[in-house]
Amino acid sequence: MGKDNVVENLASFETHPSKYKHWKLSFAGEVATLSMDVQEEGGLRAQDYVLKQNSYDLGVDLELNDAIQRLRFEHPEVRCVVVTSLKDRIFCAGANIFMLGSSSHPFKVNFCKYTNETRLALEDASQHSGLKALCALNGTAAGGGYELALACDEILLIDDGNSAVSLPEVPLLGVLPGTGGLTRVVDKRKVRRDQADFFCTTAEGIKGKRAVEWRLVDQVVPRSKFPQVVAERAKALAAQSDRPSDGKGLVLEPLSPKVTAEGAEYRFVSLRLQPKDRLAVLTVRGPDAGPPADASGITCDAWSLRAFRELDDALLRLRINHLDVGTVLLKTEGDAQKVLQWDSFLEKQKGHWLGREVLHLVKRSLKRLDVTAKTLYGIVEPGSCFAGSLAELLLAADRSYMLDDAERPVSIELGPLNAGALPMPNGLSRLATRMLGTPGKVKEILAHTGPFDAAAALAAGLVTFTPDELDWDDELRVAIEERASLSPDALTGMEANLRFAGPETMETKIFGRLTAWQNWIFQRPNAVGEKGALTLYGQAGVRPHFDMRRT
Amino acid sequence: MTAISNEKIPNNVNLSEDKKLQRALEQWQPNFLEWWQSMGPEGFQQRDIYLRTAISSNVEGWAHYDYVKMPDYRWGIFLSDQVPDRKIGFGDVMGEPVWQDVPGEHRNTLRRLIVTQGDTEPASVEQQRLLGHSCPSMYDLRNLFQVNVEEGRHLWAMVYLLHRFFGRDGREEAEGLLERRSGNPDKPRILGAFNEPIDDWLSFFMFTMFTDRDGKYQLLALAESGFDPLARSTRFMLTEEAHHMFVGETGVGRVVARSAELTKQDPNGDARKLGGVDLPTLQKYLNLWYSLSLDLFGSEISTNAASFFAAGLKGRANEDKHYTDHKAIEGVYPMEVPKTGNAMQLEKHEVAMRNAMNEVLRDGYVDDCQRGVDRWNKTLEAAGLSFRFVLPSRRFHRAQGIFATGFFSPDGAPLSKEQWEAKQSDWLPSAADKTYVKSLQAKAVVEQGKMANWLAPPPKGVNAKPVDFEYVRAEA
Repeated sequence: MGKDNVVENLASFETHPSKYKHWKLSFAGEVATLSMDVQEEGGLRAQDYVLKQNSYDLGVDLELNDAIQRLRFEHPEVRCVVVTSLKDRIFCAGANIFMLGSSSHPFKVNFCKYTNETRLALEDASQHSGLKALCALNGTAAGGGYELALACDEILLIDDGNSAVSLPEVPLLGVLPGTGGLTRVVDKRKVRRDQADFFCTTAEGIKGKRAVEWRLVDQVVPRSKFPQVVAERAKALAAQSDRPSDGKGLVLEPLSPKVTAEGAEYRFVSLRLQPKDRLAVLTVRGPDAGPPADASGITCDAWSLRAFRELDDALLRLRINHLDVGTVLLKTEGDAQKVLQWDSFLEKQKGHWLGREVLHLVKRSLKRLDVTAKTLYGIVEPGSCFAGSLAELLLAADRSYMLDDAERPVSIELGPLNAGALPMPNGLSRLATRMLGTPGKVKEILAHTGPFDAAAALAAGLVTFTPDELDWDDELRVAIEERASLSPDALTGMEANLRFAGPETMETKIFGRLTAWQNWIFQRPNAVGEKGALTLYGQAGVRPHFDMRRT
Repeated sequence: MTAISNEKIPNNVNLSEDKKLQRALEQWQPNFLEWWQSMGPEGFQQRDIYLRTAISSNVEGWAHYDYVKMPDYRWGIFLSDQVPDRKIGFGDVMGEPVWQDVPGEHRNTLRRLIVTQGDTEPASVEQQRLLGHSCPSMYDLRNLFQVNVEEGRHLWAMVYLLHRFFGRDGREEAEGLLERRSGNPDKPRILGAFNEPIDDWLSFFMFTMFTDRDGKYQLLALAESGFDPLARSTRFMLTEEAHHMFVGETGVGRVVARSAELTKQDPNGDARKLGGVDLPTLQKYLNLWYSLSLDLFGSEISTNAASFFAAGLKGRANEDKHYTDHKAIEGVYPMEVPKTGNAMQLEKHEVAMRNAMNEVLRDGYVDDCQRGVDRWNKTLEAAGLSFRFVLPSRRFHRAQGIFATGFFSPDGAPLSKEQWEAKQSDWLPSAADKTYVKSLQAKAVVEQGKMANWLAPPPKGVNAKPVDFEYVRAEA
């Protein structure tokens, strides 16, 4: 059932290639190579598990995510990244089973969510930034290892009579491949479902010609020709990219938040904890200066980039380190017009590789908010600047409260980025998702020029409640207290269901369907009971005992 | 801010400093007055009536008598004095300090409890609005209006809680209390018993005896609440509720006394022959109102009642005095329950104590009613009559709870539907009985000191005034 007494908090979610333990990043013109070389004794809780066979934990994945991010910002000349392994005969054995077995349930779920986000970021880089990914499987890719391969544009498998791709979770562990594997096999690679069924129940996996015939990989390559074919395919993929050869990379400096028992302080973001109420206040401050003239003037301190990197970091901190926090109040402070200036700037500069990168980073941070399993209340108070990209926080919230006080008026304003530039995982804008029942209203709201005051925001459906100054404190207190009394599990499930109305995408399927099933299976005795398959994994000769009733 | 002042609205809740409350009342008070004018006592709104008004919560202040026109009555807001360091006295959170604000967790439940209680107050005014035209004496007319204005004040007490602690939802609920109408099929009052008109005085006395006594027990249970403003509000209401039950118990008692007298005078022992209410008919009215009132306690086995108790929202009457185990997790309540599929057969069940909280409250109520019935029977005994009033079984004529699907005689014996239908008019007022009782009240008796023939005069008047005092002044 998972351990509750392990310390799983992380001091920092930031890293840098100079600090990588598990990955090597090398460059050769338009092709970069990202090589997995997991240090067995280098796990985050090294006393509890050994990262054998390139199996990974959260620390390994934080480095992977960092590498993808830096390739996008710091190396615009890279048009294709080759993902491979430095270990002989093994690409990656997936998430470390002993790490999972010794983790608490909430940690497992958050770990899984993070690894999913990282793989989606890899696909996002290909789709939106022209950073193509080639997976060069120089050895066996099992479970999470093959799932990482699935997130790449193309998969090459070495044909050595031994190396295979596999999703052995069901037959070996009694759980699911939880990082998008099932979804991507049928949805992205369009493997026939009956063949996928066989594949997913065959522990040793599939190799050679059959792996190609079944679309599980794109090509199998003899050992002798492997480096050459990898180079050729990388070049071919690079040719599809529109990344500039003469772009000047932007170095992502560390955010280095000041972390205390009370929370974390960033330049534009504050995370303040109120443990007594199981509450956190997450405040994003607006820009203190206007945008540069064009995208070449973007620095690491550019507001849109810095503020949303900080938001991203704060969300990870909330998820991993503050499990007890149930409700997050989303607030903003600053000048709404300056926010809108930055938004317009990004809108205009989205043709520039760096402008585009910043825009998609803002998008990804907001998506991370969408799938954060905490209750989100948007709070519109005097001094706030819920405009444009920051208004997305309000639209992402489970509900929102806006003060209606004639003496201290507050407003919300929409801008160019609210019309679809920052889509949710379902592919729609938050505004369109919100107005599914009244689609005509989207256009009407976007056509509105200038700010919405409380009455107008309520009428437009942009906020949930607009208490006046007399009711404000009590309404908020009661809403927070009431939420805190409800089952956290039920709330997580309810919020996830209500947030993602509208169409299904691979992304919503992964978060909404796959991980929901996985989290259920993770709790079941058939996996984690005394005689469950996951519990008994690695104990030679002891067979699991299942409750055979189908649910 | 003309209408909202400490002068117009006597209070001990710091109204003059409380902007939130002022704002809410500014909206609500005109609607309340409009409701009172259209749904309050008909035909007497411009009369000067000798009424008691609470102008403060202390001993001297809560019973101030003077002539007043009902629309000018000063409906006030009073909480009984705060008990310092009061702790929650029951349930899972027993021993923790009481809440001065609504805990968010319980907002909806508390609001429902308060709205359900509050809804009965204007409902009873609506039910009784035509009674003035058939009053049996000026003394009784005044008592009716006293009850009516105090039900109005009880509405204010509940509206205060909604306004002060429940924000916008509370204000909307407070408006809803003025919008529902007793007996209106489209917007009825919440509880069924409050949708039947009370159009004769015998029913009024029975209502104040039995139905207001349910109110007393609900208030006693809420007076234990961990939500301190509710507890304090209901404790103050109980002082007024006592008068309503006085009106009921003595009202029925005076009818009993007169009926006993006429029974003896008539050679055949039939009070009807001499223009009174015969004793068997009185028993039928008792059966009706007692059984209707039992329904108001809710189902015998209730998970709602259990969760109210567990959460510290609604306790038992006199929790502190009458009980030692305030958690009530362990105990069981033995109950006879109709068999599933065969209501004719009862079987013994041991119901978890918390699930039986409605029944526990009903127990206290039944004992309290029995004491009143005993006093009436003393009157009969003193008159040398052998007839005695009996409270029917709790199973008799129920529309709520586990006995609602079956048929039971007044002594609790299961009956078939046919048996019930054959005997019903022996146990409950028939159409002919009702017509007869109303015929006694065809003309209002309003001359000072005069009594209708069907009831005895009270032993004394109101506030040490004589019985023939001018309690209701003629229209100026």
